[in-house]
Amino acid sequence: MKMKSTLITALGVILLSACGSDDGTTVKSDAASKADTKMVEKAPEASQSSGDIRIVGSSTVYPFSTKVAQEFKNKTGYNVVVESTGSGGGHKLFCDGVGPDTANITNSSRRQKKSEFEMCVENGVDEIVEVKIGFDGIVLANALEAPTIDFTAKQVFLAFAKEVPVSDTDCTMQDNPYVTWSDIDANLPDTTIEAYGPPPTSGTRDAFVEVAMEGGAKQVACLAALRKEDKKAFQVVAHTIREDGKWIDSGENDNAIVQTLVNTPTAMVIFGFSFLDQNADKIKGMTVDGAEPSFENIAAGAYPISRSLFFYLKKAHVGSVNGLQEFALEFTSEEASGPGGYLEEIGLVPLPDAERAKYRSDVETLATYQQ
Amino acid sequence: MSDTSIHSSETARKRLRKRHAKEVRFRILGILAIAIAMVSLLWLLISVVGTGYKAFYQHDITMEVVLDETLLDPTGARDPQKLRGANYRRVIQNSLYERFPEVTDRKARQELFNIISTSGAPNFVRQMVYNDPSLVGQTLTIQVPTSDDVDQLFKGNIDRETPEALRKVSNRQIEWVDSLKATGEIKAHFNKRLFTGTDSRDPELAGIASAFVGSAMALGVAFLLAFPIGVGAAIYLDEFAPKNKFIDFIEININNLAAVPSIVFGLLGLAVFLNFFGLPRSAPLVGGMVLALMTFPTIIIATRSALRAVSPSIRDGALSVGASHIQAVFHHKLPLAAPGILTGSIIGMAQALGETAPLLMIGMVAFVTEIPTSVTEPAAALPVQIFLWSDSAERAWAERTSAAIIVLLTVLVVMNGLAIWLRSKLERRW
Repeated sequence: MKMKSTLITALGVILLSACGSDDGTTVKSDAASKADTKMVEKAPEASQSSGDIRIVGSSTVYPFSTKVAQEFKNKTGYNVVVESTGSGGGHKLFCDGVGPDTANITNSSRRQKKSEFEMCVENGVDEIVEVKIGFDGIVLANALEAPTIDFTAKQVFLAFAKEVPVSDTDCTMQDNPYVTWSDIDANLPDTTIEAYGPPPTSGTRDAFVEVAMEGGAKQVACLAALRKEDKKAFQVVAHTIREDGKWIDSGENDNAIVQTLVNTPTAMVIFGFSFLDQNADKIKGMTVDGAEPSFENIAAGAYPISRSLFFYLKKAHVGSVNGLQEFALEFTSEEASGPGGYLEEIGLVPLPDAERAKYRSDVETLATYQQ
Repeated sequence: MSDTSIHSSETARKRLRKRHAKEVRFRILGILAIAIAMVSLLWLLISVVGTGYKAFYQHDITMEVVLDETLLDPTGARDPQKLRGANYRRVIQNSLYERFPEVTDRKARQELFNIISTSGAPNFVRQMVYNDPSLVGQTLTIQVPTSDDVDQLFKGNIDRETPEALRKVSNRQIEWVDSLKATGEIKAHFNKRLFTGTDSRDPELAGIASAFVGSAMALGVAFLLAFPIGVGAAIYLDEFAPKNKFIDFIEININNLAAVPSIVFGLLGLAVFLNFFGLPRSAPLVGGMVLALMTFPTIIIATRSALRAVSPSIRDGALSVGASHIQAVFHHKLPLAAPGILTGSIIGMAQALGETAPLLMIGMVAFVTEIPTSVTEPAAALPVQIFLWSDSAERAWAERTSAAIIVLLTVLVVMNGLAIWLRSKLERRW
């Protein structure tokens, strides 16, 4: 082990002396010469600029963020680099501190946690602008020719939890005994429970367990009682997905899964609404608690399994990173995230008018938020 | 010789039959193993090429665009920055409405606009005007991609028989694009954008150029670092190092290093290069350094086995006519080992080219809209691009993902071919 680390350090030192400093200077001149030829007016900015707008965070927000980045670059010439690190990883990078090497914006498919906010403040990132950009639904879908099922959240919980109570009133836990849907409720079809769902590392999975599974568990009387007494224990029950092969971890958002569904009509898949929207000729969404997954229902909050998408902006970087606030303004513009905007085209469900106006003005005035 | 000889007795013949049967069984198993390998390889190739080949052509629409001065530059100042921010969507929309004057309904007009690349067409014109503001007021003939859905319709990936409500392309849109196709305004072309374009959120505009350059740069850095260090270390270990416990320990560690999962090198890169030395995120420089760490045990091992394969008499001969140790190694032994060293290194490099996991940790899983011009600029890499594309919702991504895989496989085949060619070219026999 010791040898390994010495080797590596030695290597690092050689590398650094060999190319580190030299390259640093060549880049500067490169960037400057590029700015000269491509956009004459921007030359003074380029010399003092701390580089591109760097965005990290959620893979769910990634497609929307990259779309805005692309439009923004075309309109203004500012380069935007978007990394897909996952929400948690994004907050960690974002809260690393203030300075040219840190991220300017992090995308998140959930609200920033209190612990993450505190970590930010501890590292000097105490002025953060929170922007909600829209909603995303999580859908249960199956092939077009398969039967349409109207679920209740409770049935979803009973189908996918690792342990379920023996009855509504008796909270003795047992391993999930349900093999077919009709085992849960005689009205459901007599097909095996089989679902391709997001893996534990994914934000979609987090949202699914928090919204759908918890929501379903609450509808079981004795678990609702447990929630009042011991929230932790309740969450363990609601958040643990069965591991006996009925739930199959698959790629978070994977195009190939659509094909799997077409081939196995009894299976269903759990993924983001935009995949259903894009593949409506092959798959369809199940209604949950009577509401079908559609733009209108998600926007109105009628469809129960939906979540809000956010991005967080480092106020301290506005001014030192060129185009940062303008990027946030582009993101919150009507043309982008409003109804009929180009983000709706790729599956973002817009916020209600009042809320959209509020976050837009937050970006304009750079109003920071507290937790 | 009588029949009772030990070679022709009944029991001996039985043993012989048994041995022959064993050989036949082994041959059959061997052929089976090869057949399984070939079938899975073929399967992979057919499924990738079968979906991917369609991405190499694309449907473009040729249209006339009137660059209306009152829309783009009401003041007449021709300020490039102002021109850049102007509403080109409207310009394109107006041109389309003029082409189909019978379409007046608002919803129908929205659908009409959606048959072309809604992001590509305005930005294409925007770029042209920005480069040459004198174009304002003129009429341009431009060739822009159709929307990915229209493209998929023509390629047969969207079924015309599906009920309209479930289809991404409406009946009206099909009617329009069919009439445009009949007049030759929509035509299929070789998809140049796939090779020259950078990453994009819109499948019809996306290309692999930035990822390809990023991969090439990272690989270049990796080779420059790993090859001299790896070969040097191997020569020293084999020829000059004292034989003792400590050197044995190093050898074992190097062999172990070759088996470490690649994500570990990514974590190491994150901790050492990014956090400690403060090198930039997402840069091919760091990517190359991480890949170098990953490849150099492979190079050491390949070099050492190539050196050992050289007959000791060569070195002894050189030493006996008075060459110094270093001359014997560098003038006589190394040239003979070169084919093996190069082959090993190129295969190590090819392996590094296909790596995604270590690049994940150092931020090369990124959306980058510029082709990097230096190793410290942000870049993506080919395998990462494949990963990101396979994750997107639009159907057109499926074929593009496969197309990118085809490109990656081609590069790998070329690299391996180069290794074989070099070996046969440099090999010397006595």
